[in-house]
Formats: sequence, structure tokens, C-alpha cells
Amino acid sequence: MTVIGTAPARDLRAEVAHLFGRRRRMSFLIPALVLVYLGYIFFAFDLGGLAGRARMDNAATLLSDFWSYKTHVTLDARSGAVSVAIEGEAKGLYPREKWPDWVTETDGIIRIDLGRGSVVTYQGDRATFTIPGSGDVVIERTPDGVTYTAPPGFPADRISASDAKVMVTGPQGRVSVSRAKTETFRYSPGWELFFFTIDSPFYGKGPLDLVTLAVSGERIDPGQANLALMASEFWNNRMWHHRDVAGALFETILMAFLGTAMGAIIALPLAFLAASNLTPSRGVRFGMRRVFDFVRGVDALIWTIILARAFGPGPLTGALAILITEVGSFGKQFSEALENIDGKQVEGIRSTGANAAQRMRFGVIPQLVPVLLSQVLYAFESNTRSATVIGAIVGGGIGLLLTQAIITQKDWEDVAYYILLIVLMVMAMDSLSGWLRKRLIKGGH
Amino acid sequence: MTEVFLDPAPSDRPPPRLEGEYLRLVRQKRLYSLALLTIFLLLLASGFIAADARNAGGFWDGLHRLGDFPSEVLSEAWRNRGAIPGLILDFVPSLIETVNIAAVSTLIGALVAVVLALLSTRGLARWPRLTTLFRRSMDAFRALPEVVIALVLIYILGGGPVPAMIAIAVHTAGALGKLFSEVAENADLKPVEGLTSVGASWGQKMWLGVIPQVAPDWLSYALQRFEINIRASAILGFVGSGGIGYDLKVAMQWGQGKYDQVVAIFLLLFVTIVIVDQISSYYRTLLVKGHPQ
Repeated sequence: MTVIGTAPARDLRAEVAHLFGRRRRMSFLIPALVLVYLGYIFFAFDLGGLAGRARMDNAATLLSDFWSYKTHVTLDARSGAVSVAIEGEAKGLYPREKWPDWVTETDGIIRIDLGRGSVVTYQGDRATFTIPGSGDVVIERTPDGVTYTAPPGFPADRISASDAKVMVTGPQGRVSVSRAKTETFRYSPGWELFFFTIDSPFYGKGPLDLVTLAVSGERIDPGQANLALMASEFWNNRMWHHRDVAGALFETILMAFLGTAMGAIIALPLAFLAASNLTPSRGVRFGMRRVFDFVRGVDALIWTIILARAFGPGPLTGALAILITEVGSFGKQFSEALENIDGKQVEGIRSTGANAAQRMRFGVIPQLVPVLLSQVLYAFESNTRSATVIGAIVGGGIGLLLTQAIITQKDWEDVAYYILLIVLMVMAMDSLSGWLRKRLIKGGH
Repeated sequence: MTEVFLDPAPSDRPPPRLEGEYLRLVRQKRLYSLALLTIFLLLLASGFIAADARNAGGFWDGLHRLGDFPSEVLSEAWRNRGAIPGLILDFVPSLIETVNIAAVSTLIGALVAVVLALLSTRGLARWPRLTTLFRRSMDAFRALPEVVIALVLIYILGGGPVPAMIAIAVHTAGALGKLFSEVAENADLKPVEGLTSVGASWGQKMWLGVIPQVAPDWLSYALQRFEINIRASAILGFVGSGGIGYDLKVAMQWGQGKYDQVVAIFLLLFVTIVIVDQISSYYRTLLVKGHPQ
């Protein structure tokens, strides 16, 4: 007994010690390898030069545009006309009688109150920027170019000047004088004109006024109720294009829905052909599996490009691209699910004398449906996200709006709006697919 | 005694007609299924019509043009077939960049996901009150499509692989974090208790008590993510910057005359994806089932 007992014990100790040693070596080796790889990436991606290439001023514009908007007060040098417009766009132009109260004109002198004591005045070709604590910066347009005088000790990095243009940035806003125009940018928090544009009768009304108007107010347009007018003014907002954005979101979801649903419908019969327990022919099985591998291997990107050539830009092309990719992945997943079904249930049904179709219906399908549904719903959720990217390539849906807004590089408040909507959409789809999974599969409440 | 439990209130009521009741339920269920199916088919049909109407080219017109572009590309590539092996070699550096983007972002994303998952799993969290916070942040990371982050970062950081890498890493952290946390929820807490009893710190408990249990599943998920990320990195290159996707876009913009390049890139991408899929699925079955298929 003792002889038999000790011999394996010694082996065991050596074995454990060896395993521990190996584990200890691995726990140093793997982090070391990861570090070496990251070091290689550091040089391959030129991360060192990144700081030099990064445009932090772009980041600043982006961040400020995300939560604020700017109003331009522009004096045209040739005509002498002054205009006040949100983001300097014609769509956001204030008519003369609706100027905000921080712009005043007395005896031809324009006074712009930027808040906290910062004031800009335009007097002909001269603009004076009064900054509390620093003094007055005077910028003048002369026939030889634009000149400026700053008080002593004024920080130089707040002024960028050339012969053609002088720009001064204060704590509350910015003044820029060029040969063609004098312009002041006043930053205010929020997304202006999000609900109603300036030409709308509802512009500038508080929520309480709006509710009163909607419920009991005099009809502004005798043709329709105030609430209906309000809805149409909001829906057709020319600054934020709510109607187009809603249409784009709908297109994106449509792409995901059509692609996923049709992909699943096409993949199901093919998956039966690829499952080893249902299709006895090895050749058919092998061929089907290679088809799935091929479809998944030719990436969604390539399918998208090929389809875009045939069908042109739009949501249908995106839906077809999702469809083809999903046929590949559903085919694989479904056939694996089919192979994993429990044979006992089928056997039980067989024992009652059921034929092949009945065995399928009562033995296979009830086991299969929950698994397939859950896979399809997961895919639907993740395809909503893919539809955003595919939309950017094929030109449809919210992905297209987003890329267009980013390419123009100035409508960052639109970009923020779209990003917010995309995130909300994906989260909503996530909860919808989770809710449906619970409802349809577990039959729960 | 048992009779009392089975039938606490014996009554004169006739026993319910089980068969009729059963058939009624079956009919009801069938009706519901039929209604659901009808709604689904209606949605599908109207969705198709809506998508077809909003598309630039119609479905039926496009269907027989489907083969035009591939045949155009392939015939031109066939004429220049001698040049293709050389072109494939030319594009290998871009391919390596694409694979590197996917690998680094999977690595970094997975590391962040480990931390987020452990911090947001009930029973394991370092600060149990903050689990909701970490869970919501994972949801937000996951909901942000890569292309959004990538395009914004390109504006700030300029072109190159870094924006794509960060974008994919953020999304990976969210997606893997959720899966990791689901695995960790099912981990056996006894080793953790044992470690607590000997006074281990939170880090030690996680490293020695939880990670060894969940590592195979986590690695398997990470490998699957790597597969997904290779595709994502190719797509991001096409939309934004870096890697073989960008080369593909440039070659496509040239159009005719550069189709041999397009085919070379298609081939490279296809072979890479198939190889990575095969390797990853081999190791995933090995990790999860303990033996190769």
C-alpha cells in the first residue's frame, strides 16, 4: 500500500510544481508580448507624431458647437447694411424689427452687448471691442488694409492679424474685421431655432404661451387649429429639417428590418441543407457550407459596393447588402442550431407513429423557434448600427446625413443632433429586441 | 393527508372538460400566431415598397444589372491578370495596417471591457452602488456606431489609422463588456469567498478567484470580436481613413483602368477574412469545449 501510494504522490508534486512554473512564466510572458506589440504599434501608427497633427482648435469648435450656437452681427463694408443672423445663415436672419435686445442702433452706431461687460461697437469702418479688465481693442479698416491698436499687456494669442483680416477673441465672443465686412460672433448656450424658425409665428414664445395658444388662443391661421399649425411649423423647420431627419431614421431602421427579416427567411431553408443530422448527402452539406463561408468572407463592404452599382443609392441597396451578409451568418448559425437539437423529442414523436413532416412540425420546430428568434432579434439590433455605416457608403438614411454634415465641417450642432438620435435609436432597438425576445421566447410578461 | 393537499375544497362542480378547454387554447394560440405572421408579412411587404420607392434605382431594374459591375471588373482584371500577383504584394502593407487596427482595438477594448465588466457585475463589483453607472456607460459605448466616432476623430486628429482604432476600441469595450459581465455573473463565488477569508484585496480576488474561471469564455468572445473588428476596420477605411479600405476607395474612384487593383484588394480581403474566421473558430471551440471539433 505504502509503496503504491508514494510513487504517484511524488509525480504529482513534480507535476504541480511544473504547472505552477509554467503558469508563472506565462503570466510574465503574455503581458510582455502585449507590451512589445503595443510598442510596435506606437511606431507603426506614428502615435508620437499625433500630438503635432492633432487640431485642437477643431476640437474646441466642435465642443462649443455641440452645446451652443453663435449669432453673427455683420456690417457689410460696401453697403453699410447691418444684419443679425443665427450661424450667419439666411435661414436664421432676424428681420430688423425682431432684432434681439442685445443689439441696438443709435445714430448709426451699432452697440453689441456680449454680456459680462464685454461690448462691441461699430462706427463706420471702426470696431471697438471693450473687454472688462483689459481695455479697448480698436480695429479699423483703412484703404491700405486692416489695422488695430490693443491696450498694453493684451494677450497676443487672442489676436490673429494680417493685412486683410484682424480677429480678436474675447471671453464672451469674437470680432473679425476684413476688407469686406465687420463681424461679431456672440455665443449662446443651446440649439437655437430647434423648434421654430424666426419667420414662424411661434418664434420666441415660452412653453407656457405655446400651451395657452394651443389650447385656447385665437387662431393664427384661420385655416387650421393652432396645434396643427405648430406641428407643421416644427415638422417643416427649415433650420433643423426635422422631417428629413425623421425620414432618414426611418430609412435606417427599414434597411435593418428588411435586411434581417429577409436574410433569415432565405437562410432558413438553406440551413436545413447544411445541417448534418437533416441532410444525409455529404456533397450538398459541404457545398452549402462553402456557400455560407464565401458569402461571409466577401465582406459586407464588398457586397455593398457591388449592389450600389446595380441599384443606385438608397435604402433598398442597404437592405440588400445587409440581407446578403446575413444569409451567410444566419445560415451558419441556424445550421449549428439545427445540429444541436435534442433527438429525444423527435424520437418521442416518432414513437406515436408520426411521419417525417409531423416529426419536423412537433419535434424539431418547437425546439428551434426560440433559438432562431433570439438570434434574429440580436442581429436586428446590431444591424441597426451597421445600417448607419452602410448608409454612409450607399447614400441613404441617417448615415448619409451624418457624413454630409461632417464633411461640410461647420454644422457641428447638426452632427451632435444626429449622433444623439443615432445613439437613442440604437438603444431603443436594443430594448425593443430585448423586450421582444422576452415576450416571444419565454412567453413571459 | 395527501388527499387534503390535492383537493382542499371538494365540490359538486363537474370536472372541467379538459379536451374542449385544450382545443380552445390551441385555437387561440393558432389565431395569435396567424395574426402575428400577417402583421409581419404586411410590414415586410410595405417596407419593401417604401424602400424601393426611396431608392434611386428600382429593384426590378437593378436585378438584371447586378452582374454588370462584377463582370466588367473581372473581365478587365482578367486582361491584366499578369499584374495581379504584384498588385497583391503592393497592398500587403495596407492589409497589415487594417489587421493591426483590428488587433490593437480588440486588445485595448477587451482590457477596458474586463475592468468595466468586473465593476458592473453584481456580487463582484468594487463599488456596488456604482454598478448602474458602469452598466449605462457600457450601453452608451455600445450604442455609438464606430463610424460616428471615427468621422468626428478624423476631423480632430486628421487621417490615418488612429481614429479608426479608437472608434473600434470604444465600441469593442461596450460590446465585450456586456458579454464579459454576463459570463462573470455565472462565475462561482466560492473561490472569491475563500480569498476574502484570507484577506485578499479586490484586485487579488478578481485576478485569482474570478479571471481563471471566466478566461476561456472571455477569450472566445474576444476572438470573435477580432473577426468582427477586421471587417469593421476595412469598412472604416473605406468611409474614413487608413488601411486597405482606403486603398479600395481610391481604386474605385479611379474606376475603369484600375479594376485590377480592385480585384487584388477584394482577393486579399477575402482570403484574410476566411483565414481569420477559420483560425478563430478553431480556437474558440478549443477554448469552450476543451477539444477541437
